[in-house]
Amino acid sequence: MRPLPTILPKRFPAFNRHGQSWRSLPVLPLLLALLVVLPVLVVASSILTPDREIWLHLAGTLLPELTRNTLLLLVGVGVGTLLLGVSLAWLVTAYHFPGRRVLEWLLVLPMAVPTYVQGFVYMATFDFAGPVQAALRPFFRNMAWFPEIRSGAGVILVMTLVLYPYVYLLARAGFREQSGVLLEAARVMGHSPAAVFLRVILPLARPSIAAGAALAVMEALADFATVRFFNFPTLSDGVIRVWYGMMNLRAASELAGLLALVALVILLLEHALRGRTRYYQAGGKALGIVPVTLPGKQGWLASAACLLVVAVAFCLPVGQLLSWTMKELPNQPAGTLNVYAQLSRNSIVLSVLGALFATVTALLLASGIRLASSRAAFILAKLATSGYAMPGAVIAVGIIVPLSAIDHALNDFLAAWRGSGVGLLLTGSMVGLVYAYVVRFLSVSYSSVDSSLEKITPNVTAAARLLGAGPWRLLWRIHFPLVAPGMLAGAILVFVDVMKELPITMMLRPFGHDTLAVWVWQMAAESVWGGASLPALVIVLAGLVPVFFLMRVDARKM
Amino acid sequence: MFFMSGTPAACPAENGPAFVRLDNVSKYFASARAVSRLTVGIGQGEFFSLLGPSGCGKTTTLRLIAGLERPDEGAVSIGGEVVAAADTWVSPEKRGIGIVFQDYALFPHMTVAQNVAFGLKGCGREQSLARVEELLELTGLAGLAGRYPHELSGGQRQRVALARSLAPRPRVILLDEPFSNLDADLREELRRETKRILKEQGATTILVTHDQEEAFSLSDRVGVLQNGTLEQLGTPAEIYHRPLSRFVADFVGKADFVDGTVEDGTVRSAFGTFPLDNGTDPGTRQVELMVRPDDVGFVPDASGQAVVTEARFLGASVLYQLQFADGRTIHAIRPSAEVTSVGSRVSVSVDASHIVVFPKG
Repeated sequence: MRPLPTILPKRFPAFNRHGQSWRSLPVLPLLLALLVVLPVLVVASSILTPDREIWLHLAGTLLPELTRNTLLLLVGVGVGTLLLGVSLAWLVTAYHFPGRRVLEWLLVLPMAVPTYVQGFVYMATFDFAGPVQAALRPFFRNMAWFPEIRSGAGVILVMTLVLYPYVYLLARAGFREQSGVLLEAARVMGHSPAAVFLRVILPLARPSIAAGAALAVMEALADFATVRFFNFPTLSDGVIRVWYGMMNLRAASELAGLLALVALVILLLEHALRGRTRYYQAGGKALGIVPVTLPGKQGWLASAACLLVVAVAFCLPVGQLLSWTMKELPNQPAGTLNVYAQLSRNSIVLSVLGALFATVTALLLASGIRLASSRAAFILAKLATSGYAMPGAVIAVGIIVPLSAIDHALNDFLAAWRGSGVGLLLTGSMVGLVYAYVVRFLSVSYSSVDSSLEKITPNVTAAARLLGAGPWRLLWRIHFPLVAPGMLAGAILVFVDVMKELPITMMLRPFGHDTLAVWVWQMAAESVWGGASLPALVIVLAGLVPVFFLMRVDARKM
Repeated sequence: MFFMSGTPAACPAENGPAFVRLDNVSKYFASARAVSRLTVGIGQGEFFSLLGPSGCGKTTTLRLIAGLERPDEGAVSIGGEVVAAADTWVSPEKRGIGIVFQDYALFPHMTVAQNVAFGLKGCGREQSLARVEELLELTGLAGLAGRYPHELSGGQRQRVALARSLAPRPRVILLDEPFSNLDADLREELRRETKRILKEQGATTILVTHDQEEAFSLSDRVGVLQNGTLEQLGTPAEIYHRPLSRFVADFVGKADFVDGTVEDGTVRSAFGTFPLDNGTDPGTRQVELMVRPDDVGFVPDASGQAVVTEARFLGASVLYQLQFADGRTIHAIRPSAEVTSVGSRVSVSVDASHIVVFPKG
């Protein structure tokens, strides 16, 4: 799961209001931020020095289709998630209908399903050979009327179904924070409810909605597996094809540069849509929008609509995976469960490492930046946590290029010195992989750790010291207990993210080190649904953890 | 009538030697001067207030005493021991100081009892429990020991902060605007109670506030700060009635300033002529007279020299604005039992005993 960014601009951390004199750039955060930004810089530098030959070749072959598909996908997923997410969010905020409280949360569940899992389940279900068409065939002689699922429209539908919760959650938060008094004021000034929605509510929620749509679109941009299932190759897929198919690192990094550019455009668009306005929201006690009870049939219709979305986007894939698992597991060759256990172990090792490093990095970065509390440090933090916007393929390329350069240099040096090299030390190990996870998911752990650091106000520290606490007692009794929950939450979120992550793991994993996600992808690519189902189910279950986290946080706010 | 020269006297603590002492203390932030050559002494058991507008350096002074800031120049001593000077530094946890912050800064992950007990690490468990119980009793928090700070009201949090700061029996208690986050009526109640508790404990207390009423109602002595320097040091009555500067006169209550001229030991002004009775001759001809509205009286008089142009009803009293023929105005405050209506002509009298004269310019 991606971080759900706070919409209000963060209050500038005023840690040293009575300030120590060291307002200059903090060294440690600067180093960390540089490390995190490095892969993107590597990729960016390759597009700033384009290789004419490569681009001419790409332009003649892959490029037109890849760019066209990418743009179509982004626009499609953007529009789709906006329509679905905003309307559902408004429905559950402004109206009361049977089962609203439960449905409000069920609507978040599809977020737990990774796009590639939803993709292969839908393909298996609705493709020509799938059960739906097979079941319909006896009744209709000609199946030509059935829409082709292996198409752009198919990918967009599938992705919209699992990515709309980003928009839904943020739009709902945006609607909720609004003051009911404001709406009453607009009504009193003579606006109809529809006009109030269009002229007051929607513009006020715009920053949140833009942030949600940006997250959804970034996720779509990063996906390479689903689009490949559906035979709708995009730039992410292109980078990986060029990488594997042509073993052409140079061309892959040029293409990744273009991909990074698209990601940057999304980021800037989101920024522009948020606008410069600082929306101040209703204070804690003010009444929010009071839901109107939908009468009788209308109410049931609303419940049915929400239920339909949950059924199509969550129950269908999970049910399908369950049924495959039950049916296929007994027929699997002996030792399959051992394979699954090994895959789970690999996944867990990587997830733990990723979570550990991302959390520790976040803690060092966040506390360093709070101590420095300068404008420059604040920008550093923004920069270091912008990796979430970059597709996995970009980060993977940006890491493999410098790492393999170091590897080769090291090898050459050792070969010259000792007469034999050591092989590929860095590229062959998990170093690159964990590095890439930290780059990509640092913002997740950072926001978690940083918000818990917020509780350690300068006055809390001062109070503890004046009550006689020395540095260790301060750390152990005050600072650690206050930050620990945030660190744990951040670590769990990153753990799950790494578990679901596919492109980075695919591209950077040590040879033969398969994870659950990689296995699901490989099986699904060969249409071995039964083999993919159990690992996919495990990933979905893990994906439910952050959803429950969100629910808890939300329940506390109410 | 007093003539004020405008230079504050370096006034030592009244009750014996100073317990908390700042000697020529300065503190700079970047290039800005937060506290400048501040010298002040506070007696043992005294309730002392630092009063001033925001940004005057009062909180910085408090932090200098607590050891949360280090002075750039000068020395701070507590109980005769130098705690901060060019070559001396005692860290905050070793100074024996209790503090109550404006935001209370309670430890959010600890219960009320744990918060209060935090500073009691030296003594045994039994003793610590007894002390916590005693303090919760004293601050009216008995029964709330197991609550967490977020489960308390604002007033209760303030009491916990006070109990926590008192628990280790500190030598000095510092209060940093501890009442400003409370509702008006609750603030009144807590002020009275805090004062009672602190007096009972015999604590030396330094309060920082921008609210003159708060400073006056609680303190034995008040120091008025502006731009990091001490404008005046004295009892509340001295500060109110004998301000040493126009700034103090303005800051600690409503005052009107009227031009006057000095001639032969008397001051002439629009309200009449007054003798300069403390025998000092300012040597200036042009002066300003400070008149507090409570020293201005008037009676309805058809041939009086002023007209009531505004009457603001304040409840127990009414604040009048009186305008003279030349357009000058002055304010008067009278009990609200009888109200003089706007437009009435009145004759004005000023109680000369409280008038303060400043040199003009």
